[in-house]
Amino acid sequence: MWIEPSELKIERIQVLDENGKLVGPDPDVSDADLISMYKWMVLARVYDQRALKLQRQGRIGTYAPLSGQEAAQVGSAFALERQDWIYPSYREGAACFVHGFPMKNFFLYTMGHLKGTDAEGANVFPVQIIIAAQCLHAVGGAWAGKYNGENSVSVAYVGDGGTSEGDFHEALNFAGVYKLPVVFFVQNNQWAISVPRSKQTASQTIAQKALAYGMAGIQVDGNDILAVYVVMKQALERARNGSPVVVEAVTYRQGPHTTADDPTKYRHKDDVENWLAKDPLKRMKAFMVEKGIWNEALERQEYEAAEQKVSDAFEMAVNTPKSSVEEVFEVVYEQKTAQLTEQQQAAGSVVGVLK
Amino acid sequence: MSAVTMIEAINFTLKKEMERDSKVICLGEDIGKNGGVFRATDGLQALFGEDRVVDTPIAESAIVGAAVGMAARGLRPVAEIQFFGFIYEAMDQMAAQAARLRFRSGGRFGAPMVVRAPYGGGVKTPELHSDSLEALFLHSPGLKVVMPSSPYDAKGLLAAAIRENDPVLFLEPMKLYRAFKQEVPEEDYLIEIGKANVLKPGEDVTVITWGPAVPLVSKVVEQVEQAADVSIEVIDLRTISPLDEETIIESVQKTGRAVIVHEAVKTGGVGAEVSALINEKALFHLSAPIIRVASFDTPYPVPSVEDDWLPNASRIAQGLKEVLTH
Ligand SMILES: Cc1ncc(C[n+]2csc(CCOP(=O)(O)OP(=O)(O)O)c2C)c(N)n1
Ligand SMILES: [Mg+2]
Repeated sequence: MWIEPSELKIERIQVLDENGKLVGPDPDVSDADLISMYKWMVLARVYDQRALKLQRQGRIGTYAPLSGQEAAQVGSAFALERQDWIYPSYREGAACFVHGFPMKNFFLYTMGHLKGTDAEGANVFPVQIIIAAQCLHAVGGAWAGKYNGENSVSVAYVGDGGTSEGDFHEALNFAGVYKLPVVFFVQNNQWAISVPRSKQTASQTIAQKALAYGMAGIQVDGNDILAVYVVMKQALERARNGSPVVVEAVTYRQGPHTTADDPTKYRHKDDVENWLAKDPLKRMKAFMVEKGIWNEALERQEYEAAEQKVSDAFEMAVNTPKSSVEEVFEVVYEQKTAQLTEQQQAAGSVVGVLK
Repeated sequence: MSAVTMIEAINFTLKKEMERDSKVICLGEDIGKNGGVFRATDGLQALFGEDRVVDTPIAESAIVGAAVGMAARGLRPVAEIQFFGFIYEAMDQMAAQAARLRFRSGGRFGAPMVVRAPYGGGVKTPELHSDSLEALFLHSPGLKVVMPSSPYDAKGLLAAAIRENDPVLFLEPMKLYRAFKQEVPEEDYLIEIGKANVLKPGEDVTVITWGPAVPLVSKVVEQVEQAADVSIEVIDLRTISPLDEETIIESVQKTGRAVIVHEAVKTGGVGAEVSALINEKALFHLSAPIIRVASFDTPYPVPSVEDDWLPNASRIAQGLKEVLTH
C-alpha cells in the first residue's frame, strides 16, 4: 500500500486565537508565569526595535531582526529547566535572553566584538551562522548529557530554510537512532531570505519530517505563546525520557531577513499585513487584560522598564573595551603555538602604522 | 558598454552566456526572484524563466552535487554559493566529485560547470562570509580556480569559465563588487584561464597577488616607487589553478626578488605554492628570500579587528622594504 502524504492529518495546536480568546484547553499556567512570559516578549520587542534603530545610525553592524517570533522564542525557552541547553542560530536573541544569555553580549556580537558569543555561564552555545550545523551539536550535546547522567535536554533552534540542509536530516536521524534527549525546535517563519516555505520543501508540514526518523512531531501556532509553552513542556518531557521530537512553530518574520535585505523585492505587503494581525504580543496582552491581570498602566510601565533595560545593556556594550587583533591569537588553540606567538607580536607592531 | 562595476559585469556576462547557449542554467540560494544577495543574477529570472534561473532550497552540497549531475548529462550549470565560507558544506561534491569525475569515469564524463562565490574581507560580515579558502581547491586536482580583480577581467574570465569543459571555481572579491567602475567592451571576449596578467612592468622586485588584494597592492606600489628609487613589477595571477608558471618565473628571473601578497591565512596558502615554484625554477636568480604578506594563521576574526588582521598597506610596504634592502 502506498503511503500518500495527502493522507497525513496534521493539526496545528492553538490555545489562544488571534484575538486572545481561549480556544484550546485552559493551560495550567500561573498568573505570575503568564505575566513573566509577556514581559519577556515586551523586552524582546523593545530590544529588537532598538537594535534596528542603532543599526540605521551606524552604531551596530548587520542585524537579523526577530520581531514576530517572540512567542515562539520566549514560549519555548520559558519551558526549559536551568540544566537544559540552547543551540541557537543568529535570530534567537529572545530565547537566549530567557535562558540567561546577557543582552549586552548580543549587542557586542552585532558590533563585531570577540565577546559577542560569551554566554557568561548560561547553557547557550555560540550563535551559529552555518545553517543547521547547530542541529548536530545539539545531538552531540544531548548524547554527552545522557552519557553523563545530566537529565538535561538539548534544544536546537533552526529555521524553515534550515530543514533543507543535510545537517538537519543527519541530526534527526542520529537523534532517532540513539534515542537522545533533544528537541528540534523549528521556527517556520515562512521565509528563508527571499525563498518562501513552499519552495523550501514539498512536504505539507515540517513537523511530519520527524516521522521518517522514527520520532514524534507536532505543529503549533508559533504566535500563540501559551500553545508554544504547553507543547514545549510536553516536548521536553518526551525528550528527557529518551524520545527526541520535532516541534514546528508556525510564525512569521515581520521584518527584513537582515538589515542588509530588501523584502519588497520578493514579498507582498498583503502577506506582511495579514501576519501583523496575528502579532504574538497583541494576542497575549488581550488575553491577560480579559483575565484581569493586566492593564494599560502596567503596559506603559513595562515598556518603560524594557526601554531602560535595553539602554543599560547597550551602554554596557559600548563601554566594554574594544577587541584587538592580538586577542584573536589567544583563542585559536588552548596553548598558543610558537608560530602564533611570533605572528601576534608582528600584528601588534604594525597596527595603526600606516593604513 | 559604459563604465561598469564588477557586479554589473558579472550580471551582464551571465545574461550574455545564457542568451548564447540555452544549456547554461543558473542555480543557487536567493538568485531568482531576489536576484542574488549581491544582485549578481538580478533580472535574469524575469528574462529566462524559473527553469533556467533556479531558487534552490538551502543545501550547498545539493547545489554543487546536482550541478555535477547536470553537467555530466549535457547542461552547463552555473551554481552560486551565497558566500564562499559555505563551500565547506559542499566540500565532498567540490573536491571529491566535481574534481574527480573525469578521472573516475576514465574520461567518459566531464563536469563543465562553474561554481561562483563571493569571498574576501573588508566588508564587516558575520562569521564564515569573508574567508579566502582558495588554497583548498588548488590542492584538488581536476578543478580550475579563477580569481578576477576587476570588471574587465571578471567578464572575460567568467565567459571563459562557462565555456570551459572542466569544473571551474570562480571567486568574486565582494569588496570589489562595487568599489570602482571600468570601461568594459560589450562585445564578446575571453580571457584565457591559466594566464596571469602583468599589471605593471618593473625591474627590481616582483609582487605577485590576486583578487581583492590587487587594488591595495597597486596603491602601495605606487607610493613605494614615489618614495624610493625602485621599479616594481606587479603580477595579478587571475587564475590560481593552473598557475601561470611561465609569467611568474620569467618575472622573477628578471627582478631577482619576490613578494607574494594574499588575503588568505599564510600557512599552506597559495603563496606557499608560488614560493616553492620559484625555489624550484628560479632559485639561483634570487637576491633575497621570498616574502609572503598574508593574513595571520587564525580563523577570520570578528569585524571590529579585521582591518588589523588582513594584509594592510603598512605590512605590504614593510615586506617590500625587507626584500629590497636585503
Ligand atoms: C550553510 C549556509 N548557507 C547559506 C547561508 C546564508 N543564509 C543565511 S540565513 C539564510 C536563510 C535561512 O532561513 P531560515 O532557516 O528559514 O531561517 P530564518 O532566517 O528565517 O530565521 C541563508 C540562506 C548560511 N548562513 N549558511
Ligand atoms: Mg525562515
